[in-house]
Amino acid sequence: MAMVVKDNNGQGFLEKIYIPEIIRGLLVTSRHFFKNLFNIKQVPTIYYPEERTEVKWGLSPRWRGRHRLTRKDDGMPRCTACMLCATACPSHCIYIEPTESADPAVEKYPAVFMIDELRCVFCGLCVEACPCDAIRMDSGIYSLTEYSRANFLYEKDVLMATERGYKD
Amino acid sequence: MILDALIILIKLALVLGMIMNLAGLLTWAERKQSALMQDRIGPNRANIFGFTFYGLLHPIADGIKLITKEDFIPARANKAIHSLAPAVAMFPALVTYAVIPFGDILRVGGREINLQVADLSVGIIFIFSIASLAIYGVMLGGWSSHNNYSLLGGLRAAAQMISYEIAMGLSIVGLLMIYGTVELDDLVRQQGYLIGGWLPQWGIVVQPAAFFLFLCAAIAENKRTPFDLPEGESEIIGYFLEYSGMRFGMFFLAEFADIVVASALLTTLFFGGWQIPFLMADGFHLPGGFSLALPHLLVVVLQVAAFGLKVVFFCWFLLLVRWTLPRFRYDQLMRLGWKYLFPLTLANIFITGLIVLALA
Repeated sequence: MAMVVKDNNGQGFLEKIYIPEIIRGLLVTSRHFFKNLFNIKQVPTIYYPEERTEVKWGLSPRWRGRHRLTRKDDGMPRCTACMLCATACPSHCIYIEPTESADPAVEKYPAVFMIDELRCVFCGLCVEACPCDAIRMDSGIYSLTEYSRANFLYEKDVLMATERGYKD
Repeated sequence: MILDALIILIKLALVLGMIMNLAGLLTWAERKQSALMQDRIGPNRANIFGFTFYGLLHPIADGIKLITKEDFIPARANKAIHSLAPAVAMFPALVTYAVIPFGDILRVGGREINLQVADLSVGIIFIFSIASLAIYGVMLGGWSSHNNYSLLGGLRAAAQMISYEIAMGLSIVGLLMIYGTVELDDLVRQQGYLIGGWLPQWGIVVQPAAFFLFLCAAIAENKRTPFDLPEGESEIIGYFLEYSGMRFGMFFLAEFADIVVASALLTTLFFGGWQIPFLMADGFHLPGGFSLALPHLLVVVLQVAAFGLKVVFFCWFLLLVRWTLPRFRYDQLMRLGWKYLFPLTLANIFITGLIVLALA
């Protein structure tokens, strides 16, 4: 076994009289201080509103941003209003009103598809539940800002207008 | 007569201006330095026409904010004492500075100007007697707020300050025994002498143990991390819980003024005050026989600059300590003060006394 048991819990005499350890700590912090004092550029801070992570480093493809609804070639939603996402949703934030489709090949489509983004926990279960790849969370939008709570009820037209947020 | 008064006023303005400006600057330095130490950037948003001056406008913005904020006094608080406490906390820090010499005697036009606001014969004793008044600001602030938590904070602070004042006062007794004086300008002048012709007789050289004990006690006296239990900004509630606006700001500034005073004291007692090694009244005299004559005015300016630099260095060092070490628990604080620092200072006095006797 490569396990070493230290019976003094890492507290030898030198550590117990504090002073060498205090000096060691001061050296660590002052090293950081001088390093950053002479070269502030290397600090990994991102100036948020002016600089953004997705621009600087790019988002991971697994990133779950705001939802979007994908479209068929004719511009209609791929969603067939099967209610699987609404059923899978743990926070019950998806509201769907199905209606009959004019296209004979398609049985039904959502007349209303509404997501309450304030209730959404961004777990991604709706995306996993969808059999038609109709709902995705790859918009890359993470900063949702509105002036009222009512505006956070995102409707079908907004969700469908959003494009894929980042390149592969 | 009028000229004498004028000179004293100028010295007063100089000293007060230095201490207040340095205290204000320290509020910026603390934020900027902590940021750099933690690989952050620190304050950089306040600006005038887009110029941020490395965040130097933040203290001004803070001042404006604090002054224009609502000045709240709790309904059942003792109004008079509640209003008085911040001033009482600020007062000792400013008065202590009066006896600290910031330069040698300046000779201008046949007149000898002592670069020290008040040349008191009791010097260091005056400093400790005034510094012990700082407890009142804290105690009154905690007690008059009519709030259990701020009262507890005030008690914590008072117990801590009294405990560490003993270690602080006793730690420099050895120093006074060696120099044989309590006058600060005399003390600094003696630190200019050389031991064996090359080593400046600074306090740190003759009393290294006292330096560490005094440093420790001074940080505890200032109520700074690792001894910041009285206020404990991040978790515990302190004595200024019921203060708002500029009254709170005064408690805050008093803390920074205390740092400046502690730095000035450390400089004066242990790092030769305004002394520059090998710089005599007429110029540099290096041990190798090399000497460089300098005009009197330049020497005095150099010495005042050296004092300022040393004070700024110690301010930096105290901030470094504050952002490096974690906080003590209260029993650990008391144990360190009474069981370690107090006996160590006594031992230091005893050993110093033996050495002084042996050398005499």
